[in-house]
Amino acid sequence: MQADLSVILPEIILAVFAMAALLGAVYTVKDKLAPMLVWVTAALMVVLGIWIGTSGSGSTEAFGGMIVNDAFARFAKVAILFSAAAVMVMGQDYMSKRGMLRFEYPILIALSAIGMMVMVSAGDLMALYMGLELQSLALYVVAALRRDSVKSTEAGLKYFVLGALSSGLLLYGASLVYGFAGTTKFAGIIEVAQHGEVSIGLLFGIVFLISGMAFKVSAVPFHMWTPDVYEGAPTPVTAFFASAPKVAAMGLFARVLHDAFGYAIEDWSQVIALLSVLSMFLGAVAAIGQTDLKRLMAYSSIAHMGYALIGLAAGTALGVQALLIYMSIYVAMNIGTFAFIMMLHRDGKPVTDIAALNQYAKREPGRALGMLVLLFSLAGVPPMLGFFGKFFVLRAAVEADMAWLAIAGVIASVIGAYYYLRIVFFMYFGSEGDDVETSRSPVLLAFFTVGAGLMLVGVVTTFGVEGAAASAAAMLVN
Amino acid sequence: MSVFAFYLFAISAITGGLFTVISRQPVHSVLWLILAFISSAGLFVLLGAEFVAMLLVIVYVGAVAVLFLFVVMMLDVDFAELKAEMARYMPLALLIGLVILMQFVIAYGSWESAHDVAQNLSQPIPIDRHNTEALGLIIYDQYFLLFQLAGLILLVAMIGAIVLTLRHRQDVKRQDVLAQMYRDPAKAMELKDIKPGQGL
Repeated sequence: MQADLSVILPEIILAVFAMAALLGAVYTVKDKLAPMLVWVTAALMVVLGIWIGTSGSGSTEAFGGMIVNDAFARFAKVAILFSAAAVMVMGQDYMSKRGMLRFEYPILIALSAIGMMVMVSAGDLMALYMGLELQSLALYVVAALRRDSVKSTEAGLKYFVLGALSSGLLLYGASLVYGFAGTTKFAGIIEVAQHGEVSIGLLFGIVFLISGMAFKVSAVPFHMWTPDVYEGAPTPVTAFFASAPKVAAMGLFARVLHDAFGYAIEDWSQVIALLSVLSMFLGAVAAIGQTDLKRLMAYSSIAHMGYALIGLAAGTALGVQALLIYMSIYVAMNIGTFAFIMMLHRDGKPVTDIAALNQYAKREPGRALGMLVLLFSLAGVPPMLGFFGKFFVLRAAVEADMAWLAIAGVIASVIGAYYYLRIVFFMYFGSEGDDVETSRSPVLLAFFTVGAGLMLVGVVTTFGVEGAAASAAAMLVN
Repeated sequence: MSVFAFYLFAISAITGGLFTVISRQPVHSVLWLILAFISSAGLFVLLGAEFVAMLLVIVYVGAVAVLFLFVVMMLDVDFAELKAEMARYMPLALLIGLVILMQFVIAYGSWESAHDVAQNLSQPIPIDRHNTEALGLIIYDQYFLLFQLAGLILLVAMIGAIVLTLRHRQDVKRQDVLAQMYRDPAKAMELKDIKPGQGL
């Protein structure tokens, strides 16, 4: 038991902290404690992330194989913890200025981070579901955090109802898989199914599981909730939705498909490839007409999930490595971009209108340049880091004999480049200037600068992410 | 006998589910739902899982369904309008439902489990133990982690309910226990000496 507990020690520490913080805040000054709590929670997450990242190698199992701690789980957990901490700190000022910062916010984020950590190291369908629900339930609440706004509550409710539906699909798939294999453990499922071929019933189960998880990564055709939720939720919450939960859901996706159904790669790979192509194209085409930055980022995230899924569809270790690298780059890009969006305001009210950026470069040349770098990176223009993310997944697809998927990816990214470049056009050559103001918050500026800087520096060195992703992928794919 | 009981419970569960969806009155829907719950409890008894059956009756019928009844009766929702909305999409929904049904026929028609599935399925109820005892042994031992995670999920649900609904309104009179306890006759009463023949 003690050995089991030591495997999930980071999760336990975070959970105990969350509960202690909850009690502490309730019995003292409540919401006045919130800014401090945000920083403390973020600091704890960073410490745990460093600890997980530097803690040994190898793979350990706990609770009878229910929790697996291997290089893949560690990679995903570090990405989750770092991005959650970054987004939380980034939004603190924005939220307290607008009276949205409640002390429950950092606690809910911490609890959802625990759920995500369980998700990526799940070795059992039941543990998977528990982690997924813990993560989603906390997200539903933070989406509706601004409860006096109709849009925010609508976002929360929509997310909740559709999330419940997707959980139902996932559970149904899990029950079919259990009916086939007689066990919910991934190791057991893969062992049972290795003899003989994949039966139709099991295939049904896999498809249902994929549908449920595709909802969580907002892959087309399970994307309908994304634009509304992204637009309705407060911007810091939107930034959170676009970072850590996506990494966790992708990690879960790769974990389930490779750990439990690794023998049926050609069966699920076509499903994933279809999801990926649809997401890339819908994300690219639907974003063109958007006038709201947050909605645009929603479609952009749908398209990016499509690219990440290419890595999964390849079904190889190289593909999973590409997926992990892509997700890390995606998170860094998103944090930078959302830091920029949070800076924009007019008379203290947040501005998310694209037209507000008209001739932005005249007034704020430095920030416009940073945003240009980030947008080029999102679009995948060569000198930036975003290009290398796309390059990795496309190479994985080509090497797995899925050249058509890579070609589709290239075409979609050319279409998608249009709407990123349109923002750049507005900033530099827009018609008449707008009176949008830019917040001078040093925290936001720091994240924005680091995000944009990473897009340039990352080309020279990836800070060991590439190697870590390779060993993580090797651990997952046999 | 048990086959007869199985079909009885199974058919009434499906009927209950069907009428939950199609009945016009929302209150009737809830009552049909209760029938579905009770029938599934019967199915659990047939499986030898009395504890789960009792839980289903107590928690779902006793608490959840009654809560539903309250919500349905207290919320001012025009269900006829919702139904009309639903009727518009009915043809498409029926078509999709039919397609999925046929797919399920294919899936279950040729259902085969992995050949060593029997040894994988652990014996759910040890013969020498009570149902409740066996469940307790599993939950607090084998599935300890999941049990704790379920607790965390409930904690999130609780925090969420409070975050989204609790308001500290200023214009509401609240009981102030301390003020009540510190009241004494000297503060609460005043003696007036009223002269005969005069009013106050």
